[in-house]
Amino acid sequence: MTTEVSGLAPELKGAKEGQGEVPIASAGERFQSFDVNAFEVPGGREENWRFTPMRRLRGLHDGTAAFDGTAAISVTETGGVTVETVGRDDSRLGEAGVPADRVAAAAWSSFREATVVSLDGTPDPVTVTVEGPGVGATAASHLQIRTTPNTEATVVVVRQGSGALADNLEVVLAEASRLTLVVTEEWADDAVHVGAEHLSIGKDATLRGTAVQLGGDLVRVSSTIRYAAPGGDAELLGLGFADGGQHLEQRLLVDHAQPNCTSNVFYKNALQTNDANDPAHTVWIGDVLIRAAAENTRTFEFNRNLVLTEHARADSVPNLEIETGEIAGAGHASTTGRFDDEQLFYLQSRGIPERDARRLVVRAFFHEILHKIKLPELRERLEEAVEAELAVTGV
Amino acid sequence: MSTLEIKDLHASVTTEDGPKEILRGVNLTIRAGETHAIMGPNGSGKSTLAYAIAGHPKYETTSGEVLLDGENVLEMTVDERARAGLFLAMQYPVEVPGVSMANFLRSAATATRGEAPKLRTWVKEVKSAMSDLDIDAEFADRSVNEGFSGGEKKRHEVLQLALLNPKIAVLDETDSGLDVDALRVVSEGINRYRASGENGVLLITHYTRILNHIKPDKVHVFAGGKIVESGGPELADELEANGYVRFTGAEAASVESGLANAR
Repeated sequence: MTTEVSGLAPELKGAKEGQGEVPIASAGERFQSFDVNAFEVPGGREENWRFTPMRRLRGLHDGTAAFDGTAAISVTETGGVTVETVGRDDSRLGEAGVPADRVAAAAWSSFREATVVSLDGTPDPVTVTVEGPGVGATAASHLQIRTTPNTEATVVVVRQGSGALADNLEVVLAEASRLTLVVTEEWADDAVHVGAEHLSIGKDATLRGTAVQLGGDLVRVSSTIRYAAPGGDAELLGLGFADGGQHLEQRLLVDHAQPNCTSNVFYKNALQTNDANDPAHTVWIGDVLIRAAAENTRTFEFNRNLVLTEHARADSVPNLEIETGEIAGAGHASTTGRFDDEQLFYLQSRGIPERDARRLVVRAFFHEILHKIKLPELRERLEEAVEAELAVTGV
Repeated sequence: MSTLEIKDLHASVTTEDGPKEILRGVNLTIRAGETHAIMGPNGSGKSTLAYAIAGHPKYETTSGEVLLDGENVLEMTVDERARAGLFLAMQYPVEVPGVSMANFLRSAATATRGEAPKLRTWVKEVKSAMSDLDIDAEFADRSVNEGFSGGEKKRHEVLQLALLNPKIAVLDETDSGLDVDALRVVSEGINRYRASGENGVLLITHYTRILNHIKPDKVHVFAGGKIVESGGPELADELEANGYVRFTGAEAASVESGLANAR
């Protein structure tokens, strides 16, 4: 069972004037501000909030979250890596982008100090660990990762622990630098994380991103990719595994405003639950905007969802806007399906028990993403996490 | 020594308009060392027989028995049937993207043998079986059947036959879509499997040409969902000369007389 989806609604304006009332013409015209009070409190019917269960947001969106907890950020320091804790007035902050929804703006308005990780040369892989503020607490945090020209580095951001976190992650890639960035959401069951990622790709720079969503009660990450100059290349891979009760939401906007850039988005989710009262939910929004100036752009985005059980829902909205005919290629696709009975029959007809056959298929489904992670320990840990997920429902 | 007994087997296929009966009382016994060819026109139910024996979820057996060494196969799951010693070489092998052929073969061998084969001997065994069937070694790294040509898929079905060495093999039109060279390679593979004399083969085919390579002990004509005539290899010669008209005509006549009786 395969459903093809395409060409759905654009973002709505986030500003006070006309939020949720008047559709905007393009994802590129969405409202942005560093000031939380510039945004109306979202009620849940706005285009950019309509999939999110607002009641589970712990007040991150409506001013009731106190943001008095702390989400500790620790960084493994090696040669070529500089870690700074800076005040709100540091001029580098905000370089990669501006909040585009009320929670991101609330995080910006509430964080007390930011962590800036600067990468230079060819440092060893860096691990940044973000620890939730603890059960019942709310926190706002800010992390910036930046490279110097020609740097080649790998950063793994691990988010874990309990509590509710609103944050902004900025990535600023200097000219001809190459960053491999793996971000994993490995939260405890109670955790709520609403994050904004602002990714700025410099001239001829390359970003290889992988987003992994496994844990948490509600995880919503909105990523905006912008090219600061021509020649940038972004590959954005994603993997999500939603269990009963989990809401995992991935929202991407790739904004092509420079010529000769490429983007490739490929996100895969699996969903499962044991319990009709505890549905599993994933949301994938893939907006790609090719502005008039972005000649010779090449872009493709693809979302695949594998629904393993009843009572699971995968929403998938790819959206491609093209303002110039002078592009190298643009496409998008989305498929959502259940297990293929013919595949199961074939594997079982060779003696492989049903449970093992299902696992072979799910492992194969995620292999396409995981095999691109070149850090063996991390890859194995994530493969084990997928296996552990499979053990939950015994599919 | 194994025996597969099919007794008065009736089976229906699930369609949008409800179940439709395809098999209407199949009786057949295959003993170890024997090769039975089932021949029949398109739509006569040959593939349904193969799928019903293997347990495809789309087909429901409504009455009758299939016994492997006295055990009722119809009460087993698909994988239990395979572990009991049944094998179906499919007419249209299924693609399983992301699962490598190497991983698949080893999982299947582990399941049917009851333990994981020792790695060193296993690699050798697979390589030699692949080379017997003129399969390039790089196929081990490719996803199961993905992007394989029709002939490559059939070779891989016979490769699995060689490695899993089932008690009874049902080969569903394994000869279709093969050129002359591929037909020879595939037939040789099947003959190697038969050579031990301990295995039984049910060879389902539309054409007689594969019987020039694989000598059957018995030939059965399948029409209207059951076996309408059985004989020795000479029956295949008659079919080659005269086609199925005699049998499809008989089917039409029997339907008519059935209608007459109903009146």
